[in-house]
Amino acid sequence: MTAKLKQDEPDTRNILDTMKQGVIGKPIPRVEGLAKVTGTATYAAEYKIDGCLEGVMIQAPFAKGTVTAIDTDALLAMPGVVAVIEDPRQTARAAQGTANEAPVQEPMTVTYYGQPVALVVAETFEDARNAAAQAKLTYDIEQVGSFDPQDVEAEVQEDSATRQGDLAHAVKTAAHAIDTTIHTEGHASAAMEPHGSIAEWDGRNLTVYASLQMLNYNITELADSLDLEEDRVRLVSRYVGGGFGSKLGVSEDVVAASLAAMQLNRPVRVVMTRQQVFQTVMRRSESAQRFRFAADSEGTLSGFGHEARVSNLPQESFAEPVLQSSDFLYKGENRLLELEVARIHRMTAGSVRAPGEAIGMPALEIAMDMLAEKAGVDPVELRIRNIPDKHPANGKPFSSHKLEEALRQGAEAFGWDGANRAPRQTRDGEWWIGTGMASAARVHNVSKAQVRVVLAADGTARVETDMTDIGTGTYTILAQVVGEMLGLETDKVLVSLGDTAFPRGSGSGGSWGAASVGSAAFVACNAVRDALCEKAGINTDDAEFKDGRLNGGKTFSDILDGTEIDRTGEYEPGDISEDYVASGFGAFFAEVRVNRFTGETRVTRMLGAFGFGRVLNEKTARSQCLGGITWSIGAALTEALLFDPKDGHVVNQDLAEYHVPVCRDVPDCEVIMVDERDPAASPIQAKGIGELGMCGGAGAIANAIYNACGARVLTLPMTPDRVIAAMPD
Amino acid sequence: MRPFDYQRAERLEHASQLTRPEGGRSIAGGTNLLDLMKLQVETPDTLVDISRLPMAGIEDTDDGGLRIGALASNTATAVHPRVKADYPVLARAILAGATQQLRNKATTGGNLCQRTRCYYFTQINQPCNKREPGSGCGAIDGIARIHAILGTSDQCIATYPGDMAVALAALDATVEIAGEGERTRRVPVRDFHCLPGDTPWRDNVLEDGEIITGVTLPAPVGGTQIYRKVRERSSYAFALVSVAAIVEMDGDLISRADLAFGGVAHKPWHDPRLSDHLVGSVPSAELFDKAADILLDTAQGYGENDFKIPLARRTLSAVLAHATGTKI
Ligand SMILES: Cc1cc2nc3c(=O)[nH]c(=O)nc-3n(C[C@H](O)[C@H](O)[C@H](O)COP(=O)(O)OP(=O)(O)OC[C@H]3O[C@@H](n4cnc5c(N)ncnc54)[C@H](O)[C@@H]3O)c2cc1C
Ligand code: SF4
Repeated sequence: MTAKLKQDEPDTRNILDTMKQGVIGKPIPRVEGLAKVTGTATYAAEYKIDGCLEGVMIQAPFAKGTVTAIDTDALLAMPGVVAVIEDPRQTARAAQGTANEAPVQEPMTVTYYGQPVALVVAETFEDARNAAAQAKLTYDIEQVGSFDPQDVEAEVQEDSATRQGDLAHAVKTAAHAIDTTIHTEGHASAAMEPHGSIAEWDGRNLTVYASLQMLNYNITELADSLDLEEDRVRLVSRYVGGGFGSKLGVSEDVVAASLAAMQLNRPVRVVMTRQQVFQTVMRRSESAQRFRFAADSEGTLSGFGHEARVSNLPQESFAEPVLQSSDFLYKGENRLLELEVARIHRMTAGSVRAPGEAIGMPALEIAMDMLAEKAGVDPVELRIRNIPDKHPANGKPFSSHKLEEALRQGAEAFGWDGANRAPRQTRDGEWWIGTGMASAARVHNVSKAQVRVVLAADGTARVETDMTDIGTGTYTILAQVVGEMLGLETDKVLVSLGDTAFPRGSGSGGSWGAASVGSAAFVACNAVRDALCEKAGINTDDAEFKDGRLNGGKTFSDILDGTEIDRTGEYEPGDISEDYVASGFGAFFAEVRVNRFTGETRVTRMLGAFGFGRVLNEKTARSQCLGGITWSIGAALTEALLFDPKDGHVVNQDLAEYHVPVCRDVPDCEVIMVDERDPAASPIQAKGIGELGMCGGAGAIANAIYNACGARVLTLPMTPDRVIAAMPD
Repeated sequence: MRPFDYQRAERLEHASQLTRPEGGRSIAGGTNLLDLMKLQVETPDTLVDISRLPMAGIEDTDDGGLRIGALASNTATAVHPRVKADYPVLARAILAGATQQLRNKATTGGNLCQRTRCYYFTQINQPCNKREPGSGCGAIDGIARIHAILGTSDQCIATYPGDMAVALAALDATVEIAGEGERTRRVPVRDFHCLPGDTPWRDNVLEDGEIITGVTLPAPVGGTQIYRKVRERSSYAFALVSVAAIVEMDGDLISRADLAFGGVAHKPWHDPRLSDHLVGSVPSAELFDKAADILLDTAQGYGENDFKIPLARRTLSAVLAHATGTKI
């Protein structure tokens, strides 16, 4: 039986708070943690399957043109090679998140360097890789004028544009005005587990073990790619070693392994090499972002302009939504928000760790710091002063708004002194020391989701959904939601995820997983509660579920008397998402040391205060925030994809040369969770967490660098060369 | 990775014999060679495992110096009491490199012979004169962020990426090399690595069949010893620029200034003119600046790495200021 809830109204009952089990919100360690640290959690490419062949993708060594032939005879003559799979159904580039249809196919039509064009299948990985590297391709190359997004035409995305009042006039007549342009470089998701799949075909049905974030969409994308009915396809992703957006859509390895298995009638594994991951997986677009502000003498905004340029391949619809939170974060009746997309032949741009705000917010917050300095206002105060009471353009109400509280709590805990913000006040030997802050904002998303909850005859619960846990804690928080609702300790709740044999969850992406599947589990649990109460002959409103007993009396098992209750819950956001602006808010505070000779920057303290609705598990929530802060440090100081200007390939193709932060770059970080229940965000009052932790943090670091040494660095990452170049001497 | 024969060298002459033919390659810790074999940058026919040869010792020499065996791990060298006491610049340089796990495996010989991190060198479908002579240089018109500014040629602008050898160059250490038969030769570290010139495929002076047996350090000279490595990430990253310095003062005057630089050239860069300029002078900002002028008089940037010229200047000043206790 399926119970459904379409949420059209805020739910202020806070039902979870009335439950008695006391497991919700508790800092319970991740249930799969032990399996992961002991190496017993099986990741997609690790399933032992007899007779499995190994496939490695052949990639195009140019950015634009057509492959007209592959010398398959030569490849088949190479040691160990079993087959060369050339198939027009192969994916040329991965599906964008939630695409829900086959991604771009016809792989021989090449639009970026390193595009997979075919697959070599061999008995061993090494033979397949060698053959793929030696493959002789015949091709026609089309010259690409420039790989630089600043050199080419760009078109404005009209659907995300806001034009209100007269910004130029406001800026001209303002007491304080800012007009600055900030650049950010491209990012890679850089998940630890490379993309990899194993496909098995039994002549009728296909099973693929894959590393994917959103099986509910991926199954459709894969079935559509292969022209198979969906019910003949099964995807399994029980553990995912990091996704960060790079595994949202069905990827090249999944389709290639499937095509090969179907053609050869043998299991085939395709694991991307680290270099292939860097070269072909979606990138975060670089950006150029211009801010124009008009403010009165107190710093209150009357004009707000954010115009940005990002890039993507021709025809790709995704445009890094850098304006997303600028849309509603600050006041300013004269508004101009425009996003334009330059069409270039670097690999596909798509979702990478908090698409949009991850780079939009730091840039915005650097510009705000410049305004605070100009207006002579404490940067914290400037933000508070500019919080609108409703959406500044469309007038919609906020579902809940914790920015001011986050700013105040964060400032206090950090020991923020906003009075004297002149740069270069503190020096320790060669090191300038300074502090900076930034607001955090990330729109809240929820999506339709289904979860099955079974209260078994022995009084324990089983929870099933095709939702994934990409390292965020989904297994654990679902056990907590269900445990709380059904009155069970979490070890009595067995959660199974990552298998399309289960009801369709929301998938992990856009930080929407916990609120979406958590709500679906909540809906299912309400139905289970009703059914059990009916069996016991009492009214659900009078029932207390605790420790496996109803109202402290009979155990569930006694009431069930050998039967079980099986309910699927379906949650769907209704009008609510149209009627309210829902967002996570927060504040970052950073302290840095900047070497006055070398421009090296080390973050010595970092604090984040965040409001993201109900906390489902204090520990996993905190870990999400720490992860976000760590990415903030990477975005601020080290991470940049470098593209060769001649052929557009990614030159830094591994984790030695693409610099994510290492332990030593990350200080002890403090996380404050601002108490919040957001009734319009979801029936469990929770919002997204994961991404919020990086939406602005790099701005706090940039502002701290300025405060430390007077270098206003306007390109991220702020590598030593850029800091030196901006440092006043 | 391609199939290869594996041979364990039982004796030094055996190792030398096996590595003489083209395609014979010694392997020590394997932290560099294996990575390159996976990428098929290196495709040896025979891997000659020298790791069990008795060359891991660290011993005092008759003249008061120290001999570090070719197979001593980087960790063992960095924590050796005499290295820490008498050659701290070496301990610091080693500890500034790679990670604990890598240093546990990495050896003296392997570290000296580690290959460049040039992006184009490691991508076998890109042109690279070092990997494939005559194919061109991908970096010169490409992304040359980590590349050299000194001693480059129009064929190759790669750097020697390591840290340990930079300290060894400042210390004026000597590499011991065993060749065919009983022949051994000794080459100063300062002359061990080559400049790319028109033979960019040559990293160093080793001939086929030659095996490094150890490195000897001269008797300790004392002084203030500094290894300063500039990088964007605070660990697990190669130097953008590094400076190894051994500086001594005699009253107000500089009496010793042995300097070597990493991240700027195809070899640890040692310029004897610097010592001539600095020794006998009173330290000052102007003196350091003039030293940088000398160091960088032939420096050339390739776009993305132009920043290394001012960065080397600033880092040198910082190091000299620190070493001489000068306020600048
Ligand atoms: C991710 C990463 C980061 C790193 N960061 C740094 C860093 O910051 N600084 C730094 O200095 N290094 C760094 N390294 C490099 C590391 O120091 C070297 O890989 C290591 O020192 C090589 O030693 P090995 O014994 O493992 O050499 P191997 O890989 O075994 O050999 C390397 C080469 O040396 C030759 N060779 C080895 N021993 C001898 C001998 N006795 N005689 C003749 N030839 C020999 C081999 O034939 C081979 O060509 C890093 C490495 C990695 C993978
Ligand atoms: S710099 Fe040297 S190593 Fe790099 S591509 Fe050019 S020739 Fe090859």
